[in-house]
Amino acid sequence: MSQPLLDVRGLRTVFETRAGTVCAVDGVDVSVQRGECLGIVGESGSGKSVTFASVMGLVKSPGRIEAGTILLDGCDLRGLTPKQMRAVRGKDIAMTMQDALTALNPALTVGEQIAEVFDAHDDTLPRRGAARARAIRDKSAEMLGLVGIPSAESRLRQYPHEFSGGMRQRIMIAIALACRPKLLIADEPTTALDVTIQAQVLELITEIRARLGMSVVLITHDLGVVAEHCDRVMVMYAGQVVEEGPTAEVIAQPQHPYTRGLLASIPRPALRGQPIQPIEGQVPDLIGLPPQCRFYSRCPLHRDACLAPVAMRSAGPNRRVRCILSGEPVE
Amino acid sequence: MKTLLKVDSLSKHYEGRRGLIGRLTGAPHTVVRAVNDVSFSVERGEILGLIGESGCGKSTLGRAILRLHEPTAGRVHFDGSEVTALDAPALKALRRRMQIIFQDPYASLNPRRTVAQIVGLPLRLHGLAASEDEARAITARICERVGLKANQLDRYPHQFSGGQRQRIGIARALVSNPEFIVCDEPVSALDVSIQAQIIALLLELKREMGLTYLFISHDISVIGYLADRVAVMYLGEIVEMGPVEAILARPRHPYTQSLMSAVPEVEASGRRARIRLTGDLPSPLHPPAGCKFHTRCPLALDICRTTAPLRETVGEGHIAACHRLGEDISLLEDGAA
Amino acid sequence: MSAPPAPALLVPEAPQKAESIFHRNLATFAANRLAMASAVVVVLFVLMAVLAPFVAPHDPNETDLFRRMQPPAWLPGGEWSYALGCDALGRDILSRIIYGARISIFIGTAVILVATSIGILAGLASGYLRGWVDVVISRIVDILLGFPYLIFAIGLMAMMGPGLWNIILALAYKEWVIPCRVVRGETLVTRELEYVEAARALGASHWHIMLREILPNILSPVIVVSTIRMAHVIILEASLSFLGLGVQPPTASWGSMVADGRAFILEAWWVSTFPGLAILLLVLAINVASQGLRDAFDPRFQE
Repeated sequence: MSQPLLDVRGLRTVFETRAGTVCAVDGVDVSVQRGECLGIVGESGSGKSVTFASVMGLVKSPGRIEAGTILLDGCDLRGLTPKQMRAVRGKDIAMTMQDALTALNPALTVGEQIAEVFDAHDDTLPRRGAARARAIRDKSAEMLGLVGIPSAESRLRQYPHEFSGGMRQRIMIAIALACRPKLLIADEPTTALDVTIQAQVLELITEIRARLGMSVVLITHDLGVVAEHCDRVMVMYAGQVVEEGPTAEVIAQPQHPYTRGLLASIPRPALRGQPIQPIEGQVPDLIGLPPQCRFYSRCPLHRDACLAPVAMRSAGPNRRVRCILSGEPVE
Repeated sequence: MKTLLKVDSLSKHYEGRRGLIGRLTGAPHTVVRAVNDVSFSVERGEILGLIGESGCGKSTLGRAILRLHEPTAGRVHFDGSEVTALDAPALKALRRRMQIIFQDPYASLNPRRTVAQIVGLPLRLHGLAASEDEARAITARICERVGLKANQLDRYPHQFSGGQRQRIGIARALVSNPEFIVCDEPVSALDVSIQAQIIALLLELKREMGLTYLFISHDISVIGYLADRVAVMYLGEIVEMGPVEAILARPRHPYTQSLMSAVPEVEASGRRARIRLTGDLPSPLHPPAGCKFHTRCPLALDICRTTAPLRETVGEGHIAACHRLGEDISLLEDGAA
Repeated sequence: MSAPPAPALLVPEAPQKAESIFHRNLATFAANRLAMASAVVVVLFVLMAVLAPFVAPHDPNETDLFRRMQPPAWLPGGEWSYALGCDALGRDILSRIIYGARISIFIGTAVILVATSIGILAGLASGYLRGWVDVVISRIVDILLGFPYLIFAIGLMAMMGPGLWNIILALAYKEWVIPCRVVRGETLVTRELEYVEAARALGASHWHIMLREILPNILSPVIVVSTIRMAHVIILEASLSFLGLGVQPPTASWGSMVADGRAFILEAWWVSTFPGLAILLLVLAINVASQGLRDAFDPRFQE
């Protein structure tokens, strides 16, 4: 396997709160190959967003990255100064947020916000003056056109609130992709959108990915989205990765009881007439977690051996599971 | 009587305010027709699903039925009585029997009241308990039934998780022993695994207490799982309604078809052909003329731009409103547009 | 897995104690040391006022012409039994300050209580019922806000004549619009929240909703605003007394004490300065404590 584009090992991010230390991400390994689409599935408290906020260097006090290496194309992101990190953010790696309305600055026009990215990162533009402004404008209009917003030139002058939710999400994607990053992290890009708009936005991301040869990390709680758009999937629970592998395999044959429970409990027409088997209980409190399997209290298969820390095990080529009942230990 | 709820040509319009110039020049009010001429009925013991995207009016409809928003026109009949014609005391008595569960577990509970006070409120308002002790006992019983513990009754909402708070809201809706509950997106704000718990709970309670639900959601998978019949709304109107199996198997209205095709499915590995709608939802302030869906419809004809289609019966208990129903086109079979 | 076990068995424990939002905020306030210290200072002033007969070394109105303008104890000519010196009529300044606290605190508290009660009722009615009630109350508020505070108070006092209750009325006449505006604003927001809608759906009456659903949730910012205003009112009372329109001699009020000492401020500076310092200290303590209250209790200022 060639060197992955993004290689995160042993990431540990904590938050200090009055009630105690919350370990939001605990020993997470992520790798993203060039050109692939990785889906990250998890619920509240799983650590999926914090993991990638850490990669982007966006974790601020009272949170901090306690351990781990983050390599983007071989470059150690944790070792960069804030100034160097700013040069990377937006240029090599970009992120879109869930709520486009609050992520976009309501006081700036859309054109100004896309222009910010070019201004910060694009060295191919003329140095200054009207030529620079014009070049930026042209490139911005091109980006809006790329994401499917008609009459791009005139819309550059409009403000975010003048657009619908789906369009705002596209604008965020345009801003993220302006400098053709190698990696796009899309954090819940469709959660706040209607179903028909969701479909449009996901199609867009997939198209652009193919066209630009970009890697995409799709963070979502929706297994359906992952099933249709992601090559590989990583399931997270309570700050740890519990299962990972090619999407089709993970969905067809989930190895971890949590993944199985999730898949079995999603209400859908195919299950009409049968009672749902929900996963009982709740995500455990992330403060002061005992060193054992974190899914223990909700697992139908738990036993005494699960009361010790569980490491990732190999369950096939490219498949890993954090459960002693599946797979083989990794050397 | 089998029909528990009957809604006749219900409308809820909001009038915008005119400025001074507008008033002087006699400009018409801008009207948002959040719910427009909606008619349907719900049988006792069934779950009617109400599905649509944002701005379609489904939440407004749910509230208008309960007269939380006063309807602008039309009538609502509940078990024989005409809800829309009741005076305040009679309406209050009816509130015992018709309840609502809200979407947002964080905003729907008074943060300064304990669980016991929140759930016990209907008992106090309607005089359903002879004494404080009895009220407490009834409250404790219903809370335990929905999955809370007796020792949690004196806690405050902020001490619970989203799923638990939703259970509190459910307990509050059930404590007066209602017959009909409007479930307004009760699981949309919850995590996926908690959604399953709450849906399972709602179904159990329906069986045990003989409830009837109007289940409002934007999530087709959930409606497809639990509803007996479903009504599809678009910009304030019902475009298709019928038994869930029929609509899932063969949706007749182009909007329903595109909704069905837009849902990402776990079973489908890899991408499947999808109906692509062009454009965004029109603003409710300026709804399109004629058929409201024509601006996004791949099958739009000239007549669609000028004349609103009438409701037609296309199957057993199955109606739809579209000019091209006779042609029986299925966008889903033809593949992606 | 067979039929899922009843949910009741698997819902984890909630925390051990019921913790209302009020208690949580109280704990936050207690953790703010500066605010707590200021609150202690305020409490000391209140105690001083309440226990004045026991704390004051002398009768505040007892004149002793041999002691006219006697300097404070640490200056030549002073004595420790008249620690802060005496005024033009030989009255002990320390005792007059202690008794003067009664006036300031009593008037301040009374005005705020009256104003807040009226303000809450008016604000709730106006914000919840809307319609003509709102229109009428809002116009009254607008009109009253248009009048300059002190000048109108002076005018009222001139009309009504001096007297404790007249002062309270003169200050409260306008003070109520401040809590009223806060309450109205908060009510407008709160009435749209879902738990209010839920109460309506359950059949609650307007009264219930205003007093049991809305009011408990808007009290925090109101209390905070009122404590901040208390400081203003104390200064206003001092101003009125300074101008001779407040409580009449021989009753000691800090403001009138400052006025008395004006004529000889260069020779006997202590006559004006110590009462002025008392005003400063109390107002400062109230301000700092109410900032702390705001940070702890006002939901608009919480993260």
